[in-house]
Amino acid sequence: MTITGRAVALRGEDVDTDRIMPARFLRAVSFDGLEAHVFEDDRRAEAAAGARHPFDDPARAGAAVLLVNRNFGCGSSREHAPQALARWGVRAIVGESFAEIFFSNATALGVPCVSVRQDAAQALMALVERDAAAIVSVDLEGLTVRGGGIEAACTMPAAARSAFLAGTWDATALLTADFDAVRAAAARLPYVSGFRSARA
Amino acid sequence: MGSTLLGKVWDLHTVRRLPTGQTQLLIGLHLVHEVTSPQAFDMLRLRGQAVAFPDRTFATVDHIVPTDGQARPFADGMAEQMMAAVERNCREFGVPLFGLESDDQGIVHVIGPELGLTQPGMTIACGDSHTSTHGAFGAVAFGIGTSQVRDVLASQCLAMDPLKVRRIVVGGALKPGVYAKDVILAIIRTLGVQGGVGFAYEYAGPAVDRMTMDERMTLCNMSIEGGARVGYVNPDETTLAYLKGRRFAPAGDAFDRAAAWWRSIASDPDAEYDDEVRVDGGGLRPMVTWGTNPGQSAAVDERVPGPADVAEAERAAVVDALAYMGLEAGRHIEGTRVDVAFIGSCTNGRLSDLREAARVVRGRRIASHVRGLVVPGSKRVRDAAEREGLHEVFKEAGFEWRQAGCSMCLAMNPDRLQGREVCASSSNRNFKGRQGSPTGRTLLMSPAMVAAAAVAGEVTDVRRLLRHTEGS
Repeated sequence: MTITGRAVALRGEDVDTDRIMPARFLRAVSFDGLEAHVFEDDRRAEAAAGARHPFDDPARAGAAVLLVNRNFGCGSSREHAPQALARWGVRAIVGESFAEIFFSNATALGVPCVSVRQDAAQALMALVERDAAAIVSVDLEGLTVRGGGIEAACTMPAAARSAFLAGTWDATALLTADFDAVRAAAARLPYVSGFRSARA
Repeated sequence: MGSTLLGKVWDLHTVRRLPTGQTQLLIGLHLVHEVTSPQAFDMLRLRGQAVAFPDRTFATVDHIVPTDGQARPFADGMAEQMMAAVERNCREFGVPLFGLESDDQGIVHVIGPELGLTQPGMTIACGDSHTSTHGAFGAVAFGIGTSQVRDVLASQCLAMDPLKVRRIVVGGALKPGVYAKDVILAIIRTLGVQGGVGFAYEYAGPAVDRMTMDERMTLCNMSIEGGARVGYVNPDETTLAYLKGRRFAPAGDAFDRAAAWWRSIASDPDAEYDDEVRVDGGGLRPMVTWGTNPGQSAAVDERVPGPADVAEAERAAVVDALAYMGLEAGRHIEGTRVDVAFIGSCTNGRLSDLREAARVVRGRRIASHVRGLVVPGSKRVRDAAEREGLHEVFKEAGFEWRQAGCSMCLAMNPDRLQGREVCASSSNRNFKGRQGSPTGRTLLMSPAMVAAAAVAGEVTDVRRLLRHTEGS
């Protein structure tokens, strides 16, 4: 499985999910339309300061690969953050590291997050900032990120990688496949029966 | 060699090994709230699935509920729509709901323990990152996203990678005016906001042994701010005493059987850990955050650091945080003017938090330029506080006394900062814009420190006020 396309660089350490998707947009009963508000407060702040946020650059619209730095997606468990990125067009995220819940949420949506060394992240960011048309590819089979002559090894937890390669990142089917085993596991736990028996 | 609590609970809840290599982990208790569940229930509907274990699933409403007036329909049409959705979903799928009409409504991480739903040895999941709170009871509790909420509703299971365990030993005894909040802020400052990724944090040591359950919940609550999805404390006599008599806790002989099992799942004395960190609890001082993540904090008598004081890799983040906060490097954090004082949240909205804050404000007035909010974590906390007269103490001091909810922790309800207001807050996140204004500023601290800041109108050392209180 390889994701290939134009890329957008979003610099910064510890970018939290409140940044990616401000809480006011969680007042909703569906994920529809969230893409319009991704990084909204940062985009407004940049515009007010006379600058342009990468997500407001027309040349980046629909970029398939998001490049980030360290601990991306920390904080709140809101799936609205990766939902908004995915709906905006992001199909893979390349960064130095990711927060755990964000990683799980992105995986569940079929958006792989792969980690590269800091120097590789910087080189890839510099590449796409220089050339908006540069094509970046994220190869999960070969665990390599390529673009503009850069070829960087990437890592990903083995389970998530095998889920992507097998097409089973949506875990519901796996988890409901053997419900008898689930029932049996529940029956073994003394608290499930309210500690009624002396077995414990 | 012995096992850790995490290892024992993990093994007990393992259903099977998935083809991906992950563990299919049974979830003993699933807590649901109105913000991260509507899409999950819709996905079940779309797939024609039922809730697998409705009797191990409980819902409440907390994030979006107004805390000044809770009459329905809410003024905010979208909030009303979300309330209607959680009510309909719980009715249709047979999930018990502690709604606004229930005496048990409150912040999900306050009511779970309060009702005795949260118990040692359980696996617990909730679509909220602060689910780590429940680890205070020796449960293994995970914050999850909406797709995983769907998975747990449909299967009562999660697909999980194994976690390493870092034991954090807090030695000594906390000095007066130093609380669990200060301990966790100090830990995150030391280990960093990413230091816990891949780990469960086991909090131990004499200072933790002496903590009440409320304090242990504060400690575990903010594990996620240190990057650890799971934090826990081994169950002991304090845990058992808290649980006895709670509505959903076992009673009579069943309690004794439960107690024996709960004790048995604690980490063994010879358990092996992946990492161990020691903290001198006796040396800790009240903490205040100066930046835009919970790792950027200082003791109240320290100076705000500047780019020159940190490692090269942190410099840009420090410059950015100081610019956003409008703080000067090298200046004392004490004396920073505050506009709003917020006491509440799943971190510090429990009865003992309100008692400590009331102890500081009793007989005092909050500064005239400060707007003060006290928001109990649950209806039961509110009722108990009122029985002790704490609401009168707060009101006489000039605080607003509110209904239960998440309130100004996260800006999904009408309680929000305005413009660049600075808020002394007992909550858990000082992210940019977190409290509802895109330019609002948050200083995290203990409830007692918030109370002190409200009285002084600026960040101040609560230990000074406590000394005067004790002396009077």
